[in-house]
Amino acid sequence: MFDLQGFGPQIAFGAWMTIQVALGGLVIGLFLGLLGAAAKLSAYRFLRWIGQLYTTVVRGIPEILVVLLVYFGGEDVLNRIAESFGYDGYIEINVFVAGITALGLSFGAYATEVFRGAIQSVPIGQIEAAIACGMSSPKVFLRVTLPQAMRLAIPGLGNLFQVLLKDTSLVSLIALPELMRTSSIAISNTREPFTFYLIAALIYLSITCVVLIAQQYGERWANKGVRQVRT
Amino acid sequence: MNWEEIFIALPKFWDGALLTLELVILACIAGFIIAIPIALMRASQNWWVRNIPLIYTFFFRGTPLLVQLFLFYYGAAQFDFIREGFLWPVFKEAYWCALIVFALNTGAYTAEIFRGAIQTVPHGEVEAGVAIGMKKHTLYRRIVLPRALRMALPSYGNEIILMLKSSALAYTITLMDLTGVTRTIIARNYLAIEMYFTAGVIYLLLTFVFIQVWMRLEKRLLRFQNV
Repeated sequence: MFDLQGFGPQIAFGAWMTIQVALGGLVIGLFLGLLGAAAKLSAYRFLRWIGQLYTTVVRGIPEILVVLLVYFGGEDVLNRIAESFGYDGYIEINVFVAGITALGLSFGAYATEVFRGAIQSVPIGQIEAAIACGMSSPKVFLRVTLPQAMRLAIPGLGNLFQVLLKDTSLVSLIALPELMRTSSIAISNTREPFTFYLIAALIYLSITCVVLIAQQYGERWANKGVRQVRT
Repeated sequence: MNWEEIFIALPKFWDGALLTLELVILACIAGFIIAIPIALMRASQNWWVRNIPLIYTFFFRGTPLLVQLFLFYYGAAQFDFIREGFLWPVFKEAYWCALIVFALNTGAYTAEIFRGAIQTVPHGEVEAGVAIGMKKHTLYRRIVLPRALRMALPSYGNEIILMLKSSALAYTITLMDLTGVTRTIIARNYLAIEMYFTAGVIYLLLTFVFIQVWMRLEKRLLRFQNV
């Protein structure tokens, strides 16, 4: 049943690659999101401008263009730089690195807004109280701001992760062997496009379901100690 | 930056942008028409009526658009009854496949947005309508839908922008939309950065113009809110 004319293991490997790409993109994206939120909330106008530029540009162009730009454009830039240093070989970018960077970039732009909103809704009095206790500013961020902002950010970040998960299919277009790519390879051998793309779709659906359940647990964990309105 | 080459390629970019716009506008109109009945069903009291369209929205919102496109465009050809059937002229054209898949995809997202909006229509207004003696369909036509669609405007605007960006995937099934044109230009002149940059700027411009228009529309349709 799960042999799929001998392509079962390959499809499973593709699914595992999809999960890795999604998690890699998530890590880079969360980092960029925090950095972006810090820039947007910064006291320096230049940093705020950078943050605004980042979110406007990346949110305004298609994700697939970001992927293509990072992969082909990034390679182009590296080679032009290398050339100007007198290196005449050809530098190739690793597809996996290019893929998670591109997905992380677009996740980060949306996450910036989520983090910014969440951090801004932490009552300023609490931050002032922490400073009054004599906490240093990294400590204020780690002990007071972040735990409370996290609670508000998790639903938004969960939705973004769902989007990221579906966007991983885009990196198949730069030939990274994830679920879509391995399905396409299987199809070119078996000539059964409907069967294999449907299987891919069902795998994506089941990963989405797992993420949804994890998100609910995450929200419950982040909300412990908070009284909730029940209707 | 090689500005001269960008300038030479501009007419081709223009053609691509036109196809992108055409696809997005038609898909959004069709998606809107699909979304209204689905949203009404999703907001129903009856378990069956509420959950049968869930299969549709769950599938289209839970899988990548790329899979849906390939499933339609490449997948349909696997079945002899489609290839010999009267619908084959539709399924064999990349243009129609893209349009159908985009419409079904945005229809699913839009339906869930509208369902949320329908469910937040203040109950007092519905009761007032019933008290005046409105029939169910008058109630929906005069009170629930106009109110809900107005409340959904901001999220619906976001969905249209997402559709505009997703439409870039049309190139994967051989269509010459903005991204497709960009890739053919790069295949000729090898200027990846310049050409992707130009395409990015055009997409940004399209989103920017759309946001301005949509904000006007919101201001006009929601003018009762900020009295």
